[in-house]
Amino acid sequence: MNEKHPMDYLLREDRIPHIWCPGCGLGSSVSCFIMALEDSGLDLNKVVVVSGIGCTGRVAGYINLDSFHTTHGRAIPFATGLALANPELKVVVYSGDGDLIAIGGNHLIHAARRNINMTVICVNNFLYGMTGGQVGPTTPLYAKATTSPYGNFERPFNLVYLAAASGAVYVARWTALHLRRLTKSMTEALQKKGFSFIEIISPCPTSYARRNRLGDGLDQMKFYHDNSIIRHGADPKEADIGFQTKIVVGKFIDVERPDYHTFLTEGLAKVVGERK
Amino acid sequence: MIKDREILTGEHFMNGDFACAEGAIAAGCRFFAGYPITPASEIAERISERFPEVDGIYIQMEDELGSMAAILGASWAGVKSMTCTSGPGFSLMQENIGLGAMTETPCVVVNMQRGGPSTGLPTVLGQQDMMQARWGSHGDYEIIALSPSSPQELFDFTIKAFNLSEMYRVPALVMGDEVVGHMSEKVVIPPKEEIEVYPRRKYTGPAEEYLPYKPDEDLVPQMVAAGEGYRIHVTGLTHDEKGYPVVDAEAQKKLVPRLVNKIRKNAEKIIEIEETNTEDAEVIVLSYGISARTSFRAIELAEKEGIKVGMVKLITVWPFPEKRVYQLASKVAGFVVPEINCGQIVYEVERCVKGKTKVTLVSHPGGHIHDPRDIFQAIRNILK
Amino acid sequence: MLLSSLGEKKMKYWRKPLDADKVKVPHGKVRIIKDRCKGCGFCVEYCPRDVLELTDEFNIKGYHFPHAKNEEACVNCGLCELVCPEFAIYNIPAEELEEKDDQG
Repeated sequence: MNEKHPMDYLLREDRIPHIWCPGCGLGSSVSCFIMALEDSGLDLNKVVVVSGIGCTGRVAGYINLDSFHTTHGRAIPFATGLALANPELKVVVYSGDGDLIAIGGNHLIHAARRNINMTVICVNNFLYGMTGGQVGPTTPLYAKATTSPYGNFERPFNLVYLAAASGAVYVARWTALHLRRLTKSMTEALQKKGFSFIEIISPCPTSYARRNRLGDGLDQMKFYHDNSIIRHGADPKEADIGFQTKIVVGKFIDVERPDYHTFLTEGLAKVVGERK
Repeated sequence: MIKDREILTGEHFMNGDFACAEGAIAAGCRFFAGYPITPASEIAERISERFPEVDGIYIQMEDELGSMAAILGASWAGVKSMTCTSGPGFSLMQENIGLGAMTETPCVVVNMQRGGPSTGLPTVLGQQDMMQARWGSHGDYEIIALSPSSPQELFDFTIKAFNLSEMYRVPALVMGDEVVGHMSEKVVIPPKEEIEVYPRRKYTGPAEEYLPYKPDEDLVPQMVAAGEGYRIHVTGLTHDEKGYPVVDAEAQKKLVPRLVNKIRKNAEKIIEIEETNTEDAEVIVLSYGISARTSFRAIELAEKEGIKVGMVKLITVWPFPEKRVYQLASKVAGFVVPEINCGQIVYEVERCVKGKTKVTLVSHPGGHIHDPRDIFQAIRNILK
Repeated sequence: MLLSSLGEKKMKYWRKPLDADKVKVPHGKVRIIKDRCKGCGFCVEYCPRDVLELTDEFNIKGYHFPHAKNEEACVNCGLCELVCPEFAIYNIPAEELEEKDDQG
């Protein structure tokens, strides 16, 4: 496998092939991310990727940037430390729904509330893929998982609503097949100062599709894409996702609010006085 | 513009928590993430007030899980970082202390111990987290922990903790307690030039030759920070010298024994104890933190009766001074170990004396310091 | 937006632009790193020009990988590169390829 791919320079190509299953949307999302990194015009030596644990948690290990694969749920606070200790960095948290929303949910809402300068990319496959397909806080009602064999009876989080309500200044949702639009959103998020959040609806052929008899990755990819309704500026509250229902996608929020570090430094300068 | 207030050289009347904060600032700590908890909150309060004067970043996180993760992140951004807490928070930090040990991230965690288990005695002391300090996170690792017994030592040992943490690239713990944290005493802050601060072990060579986890001779690898162009990968998974995950027995065998041995093989350089009259002692009191101070009163009482009592006061509790304790064991009738728990460090002493002498625990379940007479009685009983 | 719905069949309904004869349609070549492929079929399905199909051959990992059955139709849009989760396929402009070939 000596042949090079144009994206290899941003991949730890000695670690490719990656561990993701055939038909998984994660690899496609990473392609978009690499395109967005190129388009963003950022100094890539200053871009840091932080992941938690899970399938998406492995992204940090494949991207050839400074990258950190942390503990389950703690990617956001780890990234908070990086972002505040060196405000020149552009910190990207790339992790899954279980990691960011369940075990790490508290950090998500607080980082958004503070408007920490980071981009959170949450790949949502509706369950815990790596551990074998257990139910999670994003599993649609009635969907089956290994630990909801009779269907899920817990109401899932609507991630874009959660992020928006918590104070994110940029919120978008796409499926893994909205390649160009996703790339554009990622570019915008990378260029945005403050807390940006992108949810990517992605197929999990091995755990989610198989248990719910939704075909293979391609079938699932197609279904999500064909059933998505692009509605920029829609009220995130109206963007709930049900089991095999229509999915509202688009850019929900894009507002200006000073990020925490800027707000803090400027505020302190007024009160305590400028240093040096 | 405000004047440089990095090191407040001079004599102060200051409580232990404040002294700890000043020690951190003097050691170069410029990032603090924490969560309020009695009896450690005053450290965070002092830091939040002082950091704007020294260009530090203080953030109060949503919990201790986040605090611990944030200081690891800040450390990888190249900034010395610290958090402080007490028992319940210390429990929450354990997983990421393990990440710190695995990824070899310098940072300092201060635990102002209170009585436990659980919520226990929030406002009064205990020394019940000493074994948790050593074994709290899952998996095999070694850690460095210091035990201060006065506000002055909180200042000094916090600096020491930062230095050891940078030297050996491991989280260093300052295991104080409620009494030491809340008592106010004279604290002498020396001039800047007299404070020894150990810098980060930085790699500055070419990026293409850099192996983030290739150790130097003393088993500690050199570090770079995020944003410096090295494009490092850091993971909590078992990894190779490149930092890439390798999940097999061979990689584990190469990595984990090194993490353990970088402390064990350098233990003699790390360990610091304070010995008093141990040369001709009949009995030795081995203690640490606030219990060591109580012990000095007990020793006075014993000496009045003509008993020759030596004192071993632990400055570093972990790694434990096992060689020195073994040497002393053959010379004395016994060790007395006062500690404010139902027996923790006493097991370590028993392990190290290898049956050569008696070991007596003077236990206190917490909420108060020992009555020196209890320690005195234990000294007497050794000689009976 | 994806061009997936714009397959060859639908193109016959398109109006022909007035300057169609002056517009140079870009032409591309498909490059496949076959041993990286896991046979998901995304590229075959979503190629807007229907250039690709899976072969009957197996790669080193035992998957059927794609080949360009109809490379003349490739317009170098790069969609296969973006959709491929395995970093196993990409386009290059046909001219660039010719230049490369010239240089040996």
